[in-house]
Amino acid sequence: MCLGIPGEVIEILTDRPDLARVDVSGVKRAINIGLLVEEGIKPGDWVLIHVGFALSKIDEAEAKAAMDFLEGIGKAYEDELAALRDSQIV
Amino acid sequence: MRFVDEFRDADKARALSAKITSLCEPGREYKFMEVCGGHTHTIYKHGLEDYLPENITLIHGPGCPVCVIPMGRIDDAIHIARRPGVLMTSFGDMMRVPGSGGNFFDSNAEGTNIRMVYSPLDSLKIARQNPDQQVVFMAIGFETTAPSTAMTVLRAAKEGIENFSVFCNHITIIPAIKAILDSPDLRLDGFIGPGHVSTVIGCRPYEFIASDYGKPIVVAGFEPLDILQSIYMLMLQLKEGRSEVENQYSRVVPWEGNLTALRAIAEVMELRPYFEWRGLGFISHSALRMRDKYAKYDAELHYEVPGVRVADPKACQCGEVLKGVLKPWECKVFGTACTPETPIGTCMVSPEGACAAYYNFGRFTRTRVREASIS
Repeated sequence: MCLGIPGEVIEILTDRPDLARVDVSGVKRAINIGLLVEEGIKPGDWVLIHVGFALSKIDEAEAKAAMDFLEGIGKAYEDELAALRDSQIV
Repeated sequence: MRFVDEFRDADKARALSAKITSLCEPGREYKFMEVCGGHTHTIYKHGLEDYLPENITLIHGPGCPVCVIPMGRIDDAIHIARRPGVLMTSFGDMMRVPGSGGNFFDSNAEGTNIRMVYSPLDSLKIARQNPDQQVVFMAIGFETTAPSTAMTVLRAAKEGIENFSVFCNHITIIPAIKAILDSPDLRLDGFIGPGHVSTVIGCRPYEFIASDYGKPIVVAGFEPLDILQSIYMLMLQLKEGRSEVENQYSRVVPWEGNLTALRAIAEVMELRPYFEWRGLGFISHSALRMRDKYAKYDAELHYEVPGVRVADPKACQCGEVLKGVLKPWECKVFGTACTPETPIGTCMVSPEGACAAYYNFGRFTRTRVREASIS
């Protein structure tokens, strides 16, 4: 649960502007972007996700580097992705 | 020095290693604490200690929220879960943390319904779908995670969801760092500051470390080079006689933190007078509870919580490991009675725990170094 995982924002949900669909290593799930209201998150942005909330906006290079790193750490990241896959917040 | 676990950019790591070595004063010992469990994980996974001169020691800090939960709080959670009609939800990391009578899985085998969730928002959805159940979210984590719980409570209030509450175990990092600085057991030369916590609280709260205690702190990212770069920045501060807060992870951590997140925490939660930490004991103002305004979402008010203090098993030395006084392998039960499969202490449960990280990665690196130096 302590990992921050990078995801690319695909769309903002029309009926819930505090939620966005993101793509994390091919897993597409809804997350909450309410902590980044001041950043004005839009599709194509990359965010660092922690327990279903976008915690900070990052650039694509940072997202790729973080992804390489996480894929290298193995089980902890696999567990995190599995948990995200099971997540159905809407 | 041997580089036993090569990774991407190993050449850059060697260059940093040489720069760090050049800053070492002969005969001086340097001790830096990495506060965050994520950093501990990187250090062992990539064998970063092998990139450092022998007179630099990394001490693992208390920044693993799963590790510092005292046993009594697990017992309290299970006590709540046993109440009729309660459906408890928890992050997966918590499921195997032992209480005095077993962990959440053991408890489920005896009839409780404790489900794993990825997000507190999953917990809220379960509440929406199960109006006949009282859904209690076992909330843990530092300031990284507390905003998520707070935002979920605000959402529950907005939707008027009545069958959702939080068993709040959120803790705050600054009092723990202060407790370590005040501890007579340990003399530190500086801190590798936590990354994700700092995205929320920013860098300003660390200023007392530099101004009042005269120690440098560098907020660091999670990749191997981030950590080596941060150690270099710490060494440079010491060499130049400075003690400052520096931000190596500015590509993710804003100096001011995330004000929206801080406001959400402050709206929903307030500081407890004190809270018990495994290993560190009771620390003043080191944890959060629900504000009166959100009392109806506070599981501690809905349910009787025994609140019994439970001593750690005698053999377990997690306390010393969490304070940085013992290295994981110096614990009497490390790798024998206590393994990730059958953990006795919390440090062996979470992948960010120093013992689990060392068990999974570090011991192999050490062995290989030893073999390499013999052959």
